[in-house]
Amino acid sequence: MERSDPILKIEHLVVETTGRRPATILNGISLEIGNGETVCLVGESGSGKSVTSLATIGLLPKSALAARQGRILLEGEDLLTAGSSRLKELRATRMSMIFQEPMTALNPVLTVGRQIEEVLQAHSSLGAQEQRRRVLDMMEHVHLPDVERIYRSYPHQLSGGQRQRIMIAMALILRPKLLIADEPTTALDVTTQKQILKLIRELQDALGTSVLFITHDMGVVADIADRVCVMHHGSIVEEGSTDEILRTPRQDYTRDLLTSVPALMPREPRAEKSGEAILEIIGLGKIYSARSLFRPRQDTVAADQVNLVLRRGRTLGIVGESGSGKSTVARCAMRLIEPTSGSIRIGGEEISHLPRRALHPYRKRIQMIFQDPNRSLNPRLKVGESITEGPINYGVPRPNAVARAKELLELVGLPVDAIDRHPHQFSGGQRQRIAIARALAMEPDVLVADEAVSALDVSVQAQVLDLLDDIQERLGVAILFITHDLRVAAQICDDVAVMQKGRVVEYGPAEHVLRHPQQDYTRELLDAAPGKDWDFPNFRPLSSADLPAESFKR
Amino acid sequence: MATSVERRVEPVIRRRILPVVEVRGLGFASILAGICLLVIVLTGIFAPLIAPYDPIQMNPAVRLKPASDTFLLGTDAYGRDLFSRIVYGARISLTVGIGAAIISVAIGLPLGLLAGFFRILDAILMRIMDGLMAIPSILLAIAVVSLAGAGLWTVLVAITIPEIPRVVRLVRSVVLTAREEPYVEAAIAVGSSLPKIMWRHLMPNTLAPLIVQATYICASAILIEAILSFLGAGIGTETPSWGNIMSEGRVYFQLKPSLIFWPGLVLSICILSINLLGDAARDLLDPRLKQRGGLK
Repeated sequence: MERSDPILKIEHLVVETTGRRPATILNGISLEIGNGETVCLVGESGSGKSVTSLATIGLLPKSALAARQGRILLEGEDLLTAGSSRLKELRATRMSMIFQEPMTALNPVLTVGRQIEEVLQAHSSLGAQEQRRRVLDMMEHVHLPDVERIYRSYPHQLSGGQRQRIMIAMALILRPKLLIADEPTTALDVTTQKQILKLIRELQDALGTSVLFITHDMGVVADIADRVCVMHHGSIVEEGSTDEILRTPRQDYTRDLLTSVPALMPREPRAEKSGEAILEIIGLGKIYSARSLFRPRQDTVAADQVNLVLRRGRTLGIVGESGSGKSTVARCAMRLIEPTSGSIRIGGEEISHLPRRALHPYRKRIQMIFQDPNRSLNPRLKVGESITEGPINYGVPRPNAVARAKELLELVGLPVDAIDRHPHQFSGGQRQRIAIARALAMEPDVLVADEAVSALDVSVQAQVLDLLDDIQERLGVAILFITHDLRVAAQICDDVAVMQKGRVVEYGPAEHVLRHPQQDYTRELLDAAPGKDWDFPNFRPLSSADLPAESFKR
Repeated sequence: MATSVERRVEPVIRRRILPVVEVRGLGFASILAGICLLVIVLTGIFAPLIAPYDPIQMNPAVRLKPASDTFLLGTDAYGRDLFSRIVYGARISLTVGIGAAIISVAIGLPLGLLAGFFRILDAILMRIMDGLMAIPSILLAIAVVSLAGAGLWTVLVAITIPEIPRVVRLVRSVVLTAREEPYVEAAIAVGSSLPKIMWRHLMPNTLAPLIVQATYICASAILIEAILSFLGAGIGTETPSWGNIMSEGRVYFQLKPSLIFWPGLVLSICILSINLLGDAARDLLDPRLKQRGGLK
C-alpha cells in the first residue's frame, strides 16, 4: 500500500512505572498509522496495548506510569511534550478514543444528546440550533434509530450497542484524524459487535479517519485490520499486513497466539459411549417476578420449556447471547436458583424440588466451574482448604482429602506445594485450574462450566480447554458447557443447544448445528462470529467446503 | 517530558491476607495514642500496686487537702486520695469500654450474619434494630439502671443494648455484599452447611470493619458510663469510677476544681486515644485493600 505521511507515528516509546524501582511497561515500541488506515494492536492481557493507547491520548495515570523516552507524533506534533491544555484541545478535534464499556464512559445523569453537544461546545463556537442539528446528523450517521427520541434519552435507557454508537458519535463528531478504539466491542454480544465493527469501517471510509484498534481477539483482527502489530511483554514482536500475520507469521509467539484460537469448525464427532443420560432437563422454566404494591406484577421469563439431555462422557454446549437464559439453566441444574417449573434429573433421580437436606447427596454429583476464578475462590482460604472443603463435607477424613487434593493438583497441572498457598499467588489460568480441581474433588458425574474460559487469555483458554478434554477422557465426566463463544463451543462440544430469550431454538449434534444450522438465529450468530472465514490454527482462510454454513446464501 | 515528570512515591500494593500492623505507616498521633492507652490499661491492671492508698478508705482528718508529696493530687471531701481513686477508676472505665465492645460484637455479629443471610429474618430483625436505634442511649441506660438498680453489670447492659443495632447493621451490610460472591455459591455447590458457609466464608469479611467499629463502641461506652455515674445513675460511689469522682467533686468545684479536672483529663485522654487508634485501624484496614491485584 502506498503510504502518505503517517497520521500517528510512535517512535521508541518507553513507559515505566514511577517509583523507586521502575518496571518497564513499554519497551521502546514504534509504530505508524497512515491516512485512513486501521492498525490493530493485538496481544494478551498485560502486553501493554492499552498503555500504548493511553500514552497516545495523554491519559497515562500520572501517579503510576510515565513515558521516559521516545516520541508520539500526531501529524508531526509531539504529544509527549505538549502541555495539558494543548492536549485537551487535540483530544476530540484531532484524535479521540472509545472505550470497552460504554455504560461507564457515559455520564448517567445527562441525556446522551447533551453529552455529545458538550463536545461541540468545548471545541467550536456554533449556535445552539446548529449544534443540535450537527448532533442529530451525527447520530443518524451512526445509524441510531429514532434520533429525536434517543437524543433525549439517558444512557441506561439504551442498549449496549446503542451506547457504543453514542460513544462513536461523540468521538467522531469533530472529525478527528485518529480514532483510538480500546476493545470497543469486547463487552458486546457478537451480533452487536458485528454491527459496530461494520459501522467503524463505514465511518472510516466516509470520513477518512485512521484507527488504532486494540483487541485481544484474532477474529476481530481478521475482520477489521489493514495492518497488525502483535504485542508481547511491552514490545511489538511482529508487524505486518493482516494477511501476512494470519498466513505467514514469522514469530513463534504470533504462531502460538494463532494456534490457540479455536477454528469455527465443530470437532470430529466422537463415538457415543454408554449413552446413559446423566443429566436430564425437562420442560424447565424460570420466571422472575418483580412485585410492587402499586404496579401490576411484572414477570421476566428467563427460561421457558428447556429440554436438554447430557450423557456420560459427553459435552453439551449451551450457546447464546447475554440474557438468553443459558446461565439460568445452568444455575437451575445446580439448584443454585429454584426453577419455577419443569424437572431436573440426575442419573434418573428427580431433584428439582428436593428440600435442602434431601438434595445434599445429589449436590456432590454435579459441580460447577465459575467464570471468574478471582472471585470463585475464597481469597482467605488456602488452596488446599478450598479443594478439601467439599470432600470433608461428605465425610472424607481430612488426611485422605488432602492426599486426594494433591493428586488433583497434579492432574490439573499444578505443583503439589500449591496446596499451602493462597489464590492470589496464582495467575488467572492457574486459579481456574484450582477451581477445576475443587470441582473434581467431589468426583462428580457432571461438571457445569459457566463461561469457564471467557475471562482467560486465548493461549490460557486453549490450555484449560485441553485440560477439560483430557479430564473428560480420563474420568468420563459429562460437561455442561455454557459459552457465548461459538469457537469454544465448536472446539469442545459434542452437542450444542442454541438459546435465545429463554428458549432453546436449536439443539442437536455440534456437527449439525454449527455446519447446517436450521434456524435463522443460529445462522445469524454464526455469521456474526468475528473472523469466521479464517482457520487460524492452520494459517489459512477456511475453504468453502469447511465453511460452517453453506446455507448462508440466502 | 521524561525529565519533567515528577517522581512520586510508589503506590503501595498490599498483598497480605491478614492485616499486619505496619508501624511505619502509622502517624505520630496514633503511636502516642497507643502509648497513652497502654499506660492506662497497665494502670488499671496493676492498680493495687500503683495506688498509694486504699481508694475507699475515708479519713476525715485529711479532707480536701491540696496536692502534696503525701497526696499526689490531693484528697476529696471524705479524705480519700484522689490519685488512688483515679487509678482504680481506670478499672471500671476499661471494663465497661472493653466489655461493651465485646458483648455488642458477640451479640451483633451472629444477628448480623443471620439477617444478612436470611431474607425473612432480615425484615424482622432489622425492624427490631430500628426500634432500638430510635431510643436515646442515655435515657435507656437511666431507665434500665432505675429498674434494675445501679451496678457494674446493669450499667454495662444498659450501655451495650443501644450499641448492638450498629454492629448488626454493619455486619449485615458486609454479608449482603459478600454472599453474592461466587465463592459462596461454590461453597453451596460443594455441599457446605449453612453454619459453615457463614463462619468460614462470610464471617471473615466482617472482621476488619468490626475491629474499627469496636474501638468506637469502646470509646463511647466509657464516655456514657462516665456520664451516667456523673448523673448519679451509674456505678455507686463505693466503687470509684471517673464519672462518680467527678460527680462527687462537682459540689466542691469552686473550692477545689482539681477534683473534676484530673478525672476529666484522664477520661479525655483515654477516649481520644481509643478514637485515634480506631482511625489508625480503619486506615490500615481500608477497603482499598480488598482491590488486591487491581494495580498490576
